[in-house]
Amino acid sequence: MTDAGRRIVGASAPRGGGLERVTGSQRYVADLPMEGVLHVKLVTVDAARARIDAIDASAALAVPGVRAVFTARDLPDPMPRFGPQVRDRPVIAVGETKYHGDPVAAVAAETKDSAEAGAALVRVAFEPLTAVVTIDDALAADAPLVQDPALRPDDPNAGRNVLREHRSGWGDLAAAESDADCVVEGTWSFPMVTQFAIEPHAFAAAPDGDGIIVWSSIQHPNWLQRVIASLLDLPLSKVRILAPDPGGAFGGKQHAKYEPLLAFLARALGRPVRLVLSLEETFQAVRRGASRIRVRSGFRRDGTLVFRDIDADYLVGAYADIADRTVAKGSWTANGPYLVPAVRIVARSILSHTVPSTAFRGFGNPQQIWAVESNLDEAARRLGIDPVELRLRNLAHHGDAFLPGDTPADGEWPETLRRAAERIGWGSPLSAGRGRGIAVGLKSGPTTGLSYSTVRLLADGSVVVYAGTSDMGQGARTIFAQIVAEELGAPIDWVTVVMGDTVVVPYDQQTSASRSSVLMGNAILAACRDIQKKLRAMAARLEGVDEASIVVERGEVRLPDDRVLPIRDVLIRGLGRLGGEVIGVGEFRKEAEPDHPLGGTAAFYEFNATAVEVSVDRETGDVTVERHVTVSDVGRSLNPAQVRGQDEGAAVMGLGHTLMEHYQFDAEGRIRNLGAIDYRIPTSMDLPKSMESDAIENGDGPGPYGAKGMSEGALLCVAPAVAAAVRDATGAVFHDLPLTPERVWRALRDQESRPEPPGG
Amino acid sequence: MTDLVSVSVEVNGRLREVTVAPHHTLLDALRDDLGLTGTKECCLVGECGACTVLIGGRSVDSCLMLAAEADGLAITTVEGLATGARLDPLQQAFLDTGAAQCGFCIPGQLVSARALLAETPRPTREQVEEGLAGNLCRCAGYEQIIEAVLRAADPATDGSPAGAPARPSGEPHPFDVANVPDAGLAPQ
Repeated sequence: MTDAGRRIVGASAPRGGGLERVTGSQRYVADLPMEGVLHVKLVTVDAARARIDAIDASAALAVPGVRAVFTARDLPDPMPRFGPQVRDRPVIAVGETKYHGDPVAAVAAETKDSAEAGAALVRVAFEPLTAVVTIDDALAADAPLVQDPALRPDDPNAGRNVLREHRSGWGDLAAAESDADCVVEGTWSFPMVTQFAIEPHAFAAAPDGDGIIVWSSIQHPNWLQRVIASLLDLPLSKVRILAPDPGGAFGGKQHAKYEPLLAFLARALGRPVRLVLSLEETFQAVRRGASRIRVRSGFRRDGTLVFRDIDADYLVGAYADIADRTVAKGSWTANGPYLVPAVRIVARSILSHTVPSTAFRGFGNPQQIWAVESNLDEAARRLGIDPVELRLRNLAHHGDAFLPGDTPADGEWPETLRRAAERIGWGSPLSAGRGRGIAVGLKSGPTTGLSYSTVRLLADGSVVVYAGTSDMGQGARTIFAQIVAEELGAPIDWVTVVMGDTVVVPYDQQTSASRSSVLMGNAILAACRDIQKKLRAMAARLEGVDEASIVVERGEVRLPDDRVLPIRDVLIRGLGRLGGEVIGVGEFRKEAEPDHPLGGTAAFYEFNATAVEVSVDRETGDVTVERHVTVSDVGRSLNPAQVRGQDEGAAVMGLGHTLMEHYQFDAEGRIRNLGAIDYRIPTSMDLPKSMESDAIENGDGPGPYGAKGMSEGALLCVAPAVAAAVRDATGAVFHDLPLTPERVWRALRDQESRPEPPGG
Repeated sequence: MTDLVSVSVEVNGRLREVTVAPHHTLLDALRDDLGLTGTKECCLVGECGACTVLIGGRSVDSCLMLAAEADGLAITTVEGLATGARLDPLQQAFLDTGAAQCGFCIPGQLVSARALLAETPRPTREQVEEGLAGNLCRCAGYEQIIEAVLRAADPATDGSPAGAPARPSGEPHPFDVANVPDAGLAPQ
């Protein structure tokens, strides 16, 4: 397909759902009118790990309007459990709480006030138990086991707090080590941070004839449908998931959390029930895995990498959720985009009595990239080689098999790095007190995928698209509308995109790993091709010519006599007096590869280079990002305004974990900074003084028109780029995030007592 | 139960009477009693700005104000920004710059921006950053949001589209709805 033909795809078409979003008429789960709904409030205890001795609901039940206090006793025995990797999460805590915020009861009441009053009156007798809160706690010989070993009976690790261990690598590390002129080693830690979607998770459920309807702000409605069907023993056709566009998700809304509890409640009470989490409760529902990663790298004097040895511990939470998958995926690509002859990677998911960690933009990679890119920066100093030059010397080029057993490099990555370096003015003189840093980040896209789409070309040429993707802000609605507008010749405002209803919309595996433009995009494109094929037959019949001599593309029907007709003209004539429509179905699969450690190779890679310039206030330790340049290889930018929004948004989110965000715990494992006052995320006052985002477009992606997935890339390497810039400005080296003013100030103070020359 | 309070407020130009509990916030009244769910609920401690409304031209976190305190006041919510089908220049500018991503913070951003422009019709970028500092956006579309506010404030654009819309405004719609052939009477 040629670029010249692109009219709607590639332009900044207005956002699908934009009007609803700016007028306040967009309805999220908490906004849906629900007749006769009961309000649900969760009951937790003020402890991380605790033995639940007794729950007395009598006072709560006496509150007017309270209809039920649901505890483990009201659920089947044994407690139903679920989870995308291990079925270890109970519908509600049974016997013991596993983390601060693990609910032990749920109160359902006629009003929010009575639900809250009831929840406050549920008396829980509990005994706090020793909680495992850090990696060292969890690995101690006498550490209590977070997970009941019976939950993973055939697992040799069941007797320790290591959920899983992942080993990968290639080449002869020992031999490579003797080849190295210089070995650089260090350990870097990444904090526990939370997704903090501005829409707190919301769930509802209602009996529906002999089935059930579950509403959720979820990214994967089809996955949730299977979970509910299995827990309630219902056929899929009797479980309807309604998933309005989430108000931000970032991975934190991928998998079921409290939907099963709501489903059991709705069935038991025979009424609709709704639970809207408080922001504090979302902190206790989702977070990113923290990590401690040791990296040893060997180099020749000229900067050529000869080996990498990476040992990563991720602190995951009390239930597996999808956390171990983030560890597996993040560590599989831990060597990054570099050509290295010998690599060894070991990564462990370590269970703890903390909030279950889950997917979060970057999916296990930002932790590795923080360590590996910081290690590379240190190597550049030791070797006396410019950091850009050192990276260019080792970066894979398009087609290089940089990761044995996986997809070769699918972009000309040095071009991305060079663009970032050029835009920041790498090598040009800096003002006093300023520093620059640069880093790159790589992430594997989806390893498997299955998306179906139905597209209906209606009698007037307008189009309805059915796609099971969740539009959580990335703008999937817009992209899908652009594709059908481009292919079927409809004006974009005549395209309706239907999502979020499992009774109506065909199956989509999930909305994650920046997949939807590629996988669902291809399914929609296939559905458009199906319609185009039917239009070809229609035109052949109308014109009395051979079908093979007709071309239908880009909204047009090209006849053998060189006449070009708009699709709509052929459609209206072809449908005739009864009207009707033309229906196309499309499917796109990325098959599983059972022998691959991740179950499949990368559909594409996200690759980003970030360069920053900072100034540091030596009196306060405050870091100001003066300039932030982020360049992503997107293959093809289907909607430049949305690509920019995703890249800049990811960049700012990356500044959050780099400069300010982290959970704080007390000795008992309780979170001490729940909520927006004590846990800070970037505001409009925390932005880089100048933000520049740029996209590399070589049309070399597997998606429609050569697009690759994008949305996570610009977050991946923010931390190492900023830390390198702070080091460049001050000489202080950091191994722990976030670079809070206090941490920076302490480092500068220590430096004054032990002077170290800046730069070098 | 505590005694209920009768509150009379003008919301988006319409006089409304609500009966609320004394501890209910203005946010509760707007969302639960008046069904105006465009105003969003997130942090409930006045930090995120998702619940921002306009009172007397000033932005107020409706989660921090009791509904009873609003008695006799005139309130504008996001639903009241547009005039009929005509969008406020800020709303149009947000659409044109792609400022709305997931959209959850957008009502609060728009209302805060409206308050800012009421006080400072031609703000600098720094003034916009400061004016919106109380409105968190986790999609972190701040750059496009700031751009939208500056565009709406710019007399040269007056909030008119300046991006690259699929179809330039003013150009007739390529499809004429009336032109769709009628299938005629239903067959017997």
